[in-house]
Amino acid sequence: MSQLIVVVDYDTGNVGSVLNMLKKAGAKAVLSRDPEVLSTADRLVLPGVGAFDEAIGNLRRFGLYDLLDELVLRQRKPIMGVCLGAQIMTKSSEEGRLPGFGWLDARLVRFRAPPGETLRVPHMGWNTVTPTAAGAAIFDQVAKPMRFYFVHSYHMLADTPGIEAGMTTYGYPFASALAAGNIVALQFHPEKSHKYGLQVYRNFVTGFQSC
Amino acid sequence: MLKPRVIPCLLLRGRGLYKTVKFTDPKYVGDPVNAVKIFNEKEVDELILLDITATPEQRGPNYALIEDIASECFMPLSYGGGVTSMDQVRRLHRLGVEKVSLNTAAFNDRQLVREACDTFGSSSVIAAIDVRKTLFGKYEVWTGCGRVNTKVDPVGYAEELAELGVGEILVNSIDRDGAMTGYDLPLLTKIAARVDTPVIACGGAGSLEHIREVLTGAQVSAVAAGSLFVFHGKHKAVLINYPSPGELEGL
Repeated sequence: MSQLIVVVDYDTGNVGSVLNMLKKAGAKAVLSRDPEVLSTADRLVLPGVGAFDEAIGNLRRFGLYDLLDELVLRQRKPIMGVCLGAQIMTKSSEEGRLPGFGWLDARLVRFRAPPGETLRVPHMGWNTVTPTAAGAAIFDQVAKPMRFYFVHSYHMLADTPGIEAGMTTYGYPFASALAAGNIVALQFHPEKSHKYGLQVYRNFVTGFQSC
Repeated sequence: MLKPRVIPCLLLRGRGLYKTVKFTDPKYVGDPVNAVKIFNEKEVDELILLDITATPEQRGPNYALIEDIASECFMPLSYGGGVTSMDQVRRLHRLGVEKVSLNTAAFNDRQLVREACDTFGSSSVIAAIDVRKTLFGKYEVWTGCGRVNTKVDPVGYAEELAELGVGEILVNSIDRDGAMTGYDLPLLTKIAARVDTPVIACGGAGSLEHIREVLTGAQVSAVAAGSLFVFHGKHKAVLINYPSPGELEGL
């Protein structure tokens, strides 16, 4: 029986694109903010575009914050965060005042140009990702060079070594993906990254294991 | 290293894709969903879809068609045309459109621009400026798909849009539209020099050389083109095309 993927609907962003790509990946996927539906999910996708505090605020407003904590930390449902959805999985952000979920021992810092250089922020466009050991499952069989579409002004910075799953260079190398146990956080938009992103969704839907 | 984005700009008229010259003389170039499928295979960086009859016909977006197109679009999709309210912007984002482009509405309603940027994030909002040059070489902003002359200076207007917080500014030269003789470098250079917001150059591309010219000459962040990616050869036969990764690498 095919697994049920629930895309968490908390009023931030490009949920249509995520559903389209999941469908293309052959998954049975629904969009929902109904706690019962989220609880029956086999896997969760946390999408998001916009501001950190607004995302956390919306999750609290819809009564999803504690529920997600329970589903992810205690029930260990596999979850994939995309862009802002990935960012709020970390502890905190320079962008906002509210704390993130803290599922990943990482925080968000703004892109800063290396001394003597200029760096346009946001980092917007197609860039390459180099997977590390922790990214083996989620980047399995993705065609090389792995190209993904990025739009962000803040990037993830791991405070525990070894949770970086993929690295990208913009001004300097940064973690464009983090992974730990049942949790994967992707800074880029795989739903908008052609065959590279399609394979990532396939990997999440079929191969990415909870442990 | 980040490559400048090269973006096909497709014009919607009814249910078909058309290509204009100086915003008139629309020529049918094909079915939009089919074109998007081909652009998918070619792994284009992004797509811009503009409904060129929505505002003149005083109607909103054709959601059913946009949804069909978006569901086949596995690269970032921008949509513009007939968007005048927050509800429309929200609905488009939910359908699978990443960025909503405001043109006439942005000119008439700065509050909408600000509110859209605050609510959906700057990176989800594009402001589009259509520019025409007078006989005396002065640039003026036109709205309503090239029908209304506002007489406003595009450089000052671009600065205003940047301050409102838009993520990108799409600058389209009406005089160069469909001409395939190169981008309007003086105009684009002026605007790109005055705003930090990424500028997308549009209007005039006839070759990769033109793209190279505007990227190096005008410091724009991205280039858009219509005719270049839908026509082939000197007789302008319809053929959906896009530079190969190797050609893009050389830009």
